[in-house]
Amino acid sequence: MVDIPYQEVTGIPPAEVADVELYHPRSWWTRYVFSQDAKVIAVQYSITAMAIGMVALVLSWLMRLQLGFPGTFSFIDPSQYLQFITMHGMIMVIYLLTALFLGGFGNYLIPLMVGARDMVFPYVNMLSYWVYLLAVIVLAATFFVPGGPTGAGWTLYPPQAILSGTPGQDWGIVLMLASLILFIIGFTMGGLNYVVTVLQARTRGMTLMRLPLTVWGIFTATVMALLAFPALFVASVMLLLDRLLGTSFFMPTLVEMGQQLKYGGGSPILFQHLFWFFGHPEVYIVALPAFGIISDLISVHARKNIFGYRMMVWAIVAIGALSFVVWAHHMYVSGMHPYFGFFFATTTLIIAIPTAIKVYNWVLTLWRGDIHLTVPMLYALAFIITFVNGGLTGLFLGNVVVDVPLSDTMFVVAHFHMVMGIAPIMAVFGGIYHWYPKVTGRMLNEALGKFHFWVTFLGAYAIFFPMHYLGLLGVPRRYHDIGETAFIPASAHDLNAFMSVAALIVGFAQLVFVFNMIWSLMKGKEAGGNPWGATSLEWQTPETPPGHGNWGKELPVVYRWAYDYSVPGATRDFVPQNEPPAGLMAQGVHP
Amino acid sequence: MAVAIILLLVAVASVLFHIYSPWWWTPIASNWRYIDDTINITFWITGAVFFAVIAFMAYCVFRFHHKEGRRAAYNPENKKLEWWLSIGTGIGVAAMLAPGLIVWHQFVTVPADATEVEVMGQQWQWSYRLPGKDGRLGTSDARHVSSENPMGLNLDDPYGKDDVVIQDDLHLPVGKPVKVLLRSIDVLHDFYVPEFRAKMDMIPGAVTYFWFTPTRTGTFEVLCAELCGVAHAQMRSKVIVQEEREYHAWLEKQRTFAELSEQRGVAKAAYKADSE
Amino acid sequence: MSAIILYMAGLAAIAGWWLSQQRLAAKPWLEEGVIADSRGEALPSAKVGLGVFLAVAGSLFALLISAYSMRINMADWRTLPVPRLLWFNTGVLVVSSVALQWAYMAARRNDLEDVIVGLLAGGASAVTFLIGQLLIWQQLNVTGYFLASNPANAFFYLITAAHGLHLIGGLVALGRTTAKVWRGVEMIRLRLSVELCAIYWHFLLLVWLVLLGLLTGWTDDFVDICRRLLT
Repeated sequence: MVDIPYQEVTGIPPAEVADVELYHPRSWWTRYVFSQDAKVIAVQYSITAMAIGMVALVLSWLMRLQLGFPGTFSFIDPSQYLQFITMHGMIMVIYLLTALFLGGFGNYLIPLMVGARDMVFPYVNMLSYWVYLLAVIVLAATFFVPGGPTGAGWTLYPPQAILSGTPGQDWGIVLMLASLILFIIGFTMGGLNYVVTVLQARTRGMTLMRLPLTVWGIFTATVMALLAFPALFVASVMLLLDRLLGTSFFMPTLVEMGQQLKYGGGSPILFQHLFWFFGHPEVYIVALPAFGIISDLISVHARKNIFGYRMMVWAIVAIGALSFVVWAHHMYVSGMHPYFGFFFATTTLIIAIPTAIKVYNWVLTLWRGDIHLTVPMLYALAFIITFVNGGLTGLFLGNVVVDVPLSDTMFVVAHFHMVMGIAPIMAVFGGIYHWYPKVTGRMLNEALGKFHFWVTFLGAYAIFFPMHYLGLLGVPRRYHDIGETAFIPASAHDLNAFMSVAALIVGFAQLVFVFNMIWSLMKGKEAGGNPWGATSLEWQTPETPPGHGNWGKELPVVYRWAYDYSVPGATRDFVPQNEPPAGLMAQGVHP
Repeated sequence: MAVAIILLLVAVASVLFHIYSPWWWTPIASNWRYIDDTINITFWITGAVFFAVIAFMAYCVFRFHHKEGRRAAYNPENKKLEWWLSIGTGIGVAAMLAPGLIVWHQFVTVPADATEVEVMGQQWQWSYRLPGKDGRLGTSDARHVSSENPMGLNLDDPYGKDDVVIQDDLHLPVGKPVKVLLRSIDVLHDFYVPEFRAKMDMIPGAVTYFWFTPTRTGTFEVLCAELCGVAHAQMRSKVIVQEEREYHAWLEKQRTFAELSEQRGVAKAAYKADSE
Repeated sequence: MSAIILYMAGLAAIAGWWLSQQRLAAKPWLEEGVIADSRGEALPSAKVGLGVFLAVAGSLFALLISAYSMRINMADWRTLPVPRLLWFNTGVLVVSSVALQWAYMAARRNDLEDVIVGLLAGGASAVTFLIGQLLIWQQLNVTGYFLASNPANAFFYLITAAHGLHLIGGLVALGRTTAKVWRGVEMIRLRLSVELCAIYWHFLLLVWLVLLGLLTGWTDDFVDICRRLLT
């Protein structure tokens, strides 16, 4: 590593980054609808993602109703069940979590946290949202086309995904793939913005090592997503050609329901390689922003700098790089060459080390802190519990031979819900409770927040922790009904019923959250500019909510890292990033 | 205070649930006890880490939650502590990975004396085939599938003639290693018997495999573990593991491919004669 | 998947080099005050943006190549005859790239007329290339090499289409640049636009040459020779 010496610059280097042009809206339409302001785009992304996420939530209720009380609800048949799981998974992973973390949090926080006026390519940024919205509309349209949405599972494995034994073969799968292609195009537009903004538009003094970990997490995740999504793009295009034009990229010679189809020679494994080359980084695309957000929440609400900041940054980078060489751990029992197992098990378990370091540093940040048990902090604590739980069960599934009995069982379902469902959602909620005051100028109601938190956290844990044990027992995933199976005791059905009840309760608790968001918008307590006493730049804006161009006349200058909490000798227990050191203050420089 | 207790309770309840859970893996019926052992090792290590992290967190919340006048310590990093934690994690990971890789090596090394059994999946049923007297399975291809030849055997392959085509459940002799050859003629399936622990996807256009030795007699349910369409959950069959003698008695009664095609030919001719 | 892994390794090396310039080992809590940033003043955001986009597009092509090289090993692969027009098209694409480079050099010496000539020549030859590619498709179709009849054909159409679509996207940018000339935008901003177009064209030419090697089977021979040399 080149050691560039630390240079103290006494004066303040001049003005702003020259080549960022700020677009000035002229009408209501360009201000709030076709807006090029990253803050508005962020809100648009978030609302769209949460709206489609509500659909996925309802689908999960339907699935749980079927699993908990099989045969009771005549309106759910096996093919609908498959459609529910497919759409639920696809929406949650891609259209909710990816869009919300990168399009929502990314758009809002990156420019504010690095001290920029906006994203560097505002027009492209706006297009990104509209293409995303189109992707969501195409996706939602599959519910209304003949045959309904595809029921191929979110992994869309061919040949099954495009054959008639799977629901949604006519329209569902075609629109699904089209929607994914649109999503990727839209995301790429946004992603370019997030990356280039972090690279180019940081304000004076904002070196990489002064960035809040949220920016590090979102930045690294975006880089990964930009490079990983093309794999899904290629796979989707090829599958679409197989489905529509009869090519045989993935389709082998096969006999369907006694009929010889005209396909031949293709490789279903090829699809899996492409899919998981995207799919595994995707896990970290969702996890890294959550890591970043949690680091900041813990630090702010424990009034203590994040422990081991450098290690945290290195770990993010290491995880980002490593996650491109672990994809085939999703394919241990796919029939690929068994010797790959040795390699991928090793890389997969190695990635556990930087991940573990992050967990240690979070809990060590709590040590000797001044822990305010605010709602964001509670969510951060819940994130740690669920993430540690899900991460550790990942060590089962990543260890190739242990995966053999557990793959494709409910153990897998429990694992990935814990680690990339519940844990990131905890980060999302924590983030929303934390930054809502900045976005709206008002606090979310704390009592409602605490109620929402406890029901969501304990309820979700009660769903997914016991689920692992159904998997150990051998219950396969994607079964709409276990049916009469000798090795499954009657008590397993009771457990399923219990989990379903918990799922319904958790689901309804989300209505409290939605109510709180709307109610607080009008009736919430006035927040002021910096209600949590945080150091990072987004809390230092001249106006709250931040106005057009974020910073008023002059861009902020950064004098310190983002974690100066409880610094010995300082009067307050936090020092904002743009507060000049005592020496400069004497010269008459003010934040 | 309450928060700390609840956090601790979550950890304690998880451990208690694990200990008292009536839902645990099925009694093993194959030689893959090592897989269970590796899972157990993993449970011990990960369980300890889980409990330690959550308990530590709960303690921090209990001990350091905000009180009037408290100020957090200032502690940017502690290289030594971080290195020790990393090394400790590395050791823990190695302790799980090493046995895992050793057992995987056994898993992918098929013993020379394993007898071959073919399992074929299609939407939504299982078919089985055993090599005949010549000890070799004939080749097959989805292209050859027809109502007379549902498994798609290659008619020109002499090895295929004496293959035993099983029209019911699969029987296996106890104590003999078996190499299960897996194929499919339509979509992905996965031959899954929980008691055997081993499983593998079946891919149309390719033959995959795994091996195991049945270690106890009994009837075991076969499920499909790879989503294969609407009736995925109904794709069932049975494997019956028997003593050598009973197994042979059963095998005697099975028919070869040649016999079956002949029979089908006769039946077809009779049908034709009838309809004319 | 070796092509994409190699590609990713290349990107990782670049990212690693860049990160190594960023003082990642600094202890930020000890550094109070304004730090002179090592950020290059010289690089405009649009150029960085293009660079990132090229990395993304490159990963798309690397993945296509990976898929191609996995699929080619299956038994049903019947290699396509190389249409002669392909060589002509390659030549045209080279011309296009050279023309834009020339335009860029003209922009650097503030020679507006040469810029216009270069841009138009580049655009015209790029359109010629696209028409040539369509003609190849038509020829293949006439001679019975349909999209779905063999994976080799399918990949040929898919890969040429992916490359062609990228070029069409480039033409949009080129059109906007030409419009800027018409509107009389100041030279310093024009220079950047022309440069970005030229970079993109060189990238597409490079990708095309790699794809050509793949589609004509040269890459296979080359890998074979390397393998023989090694063993």
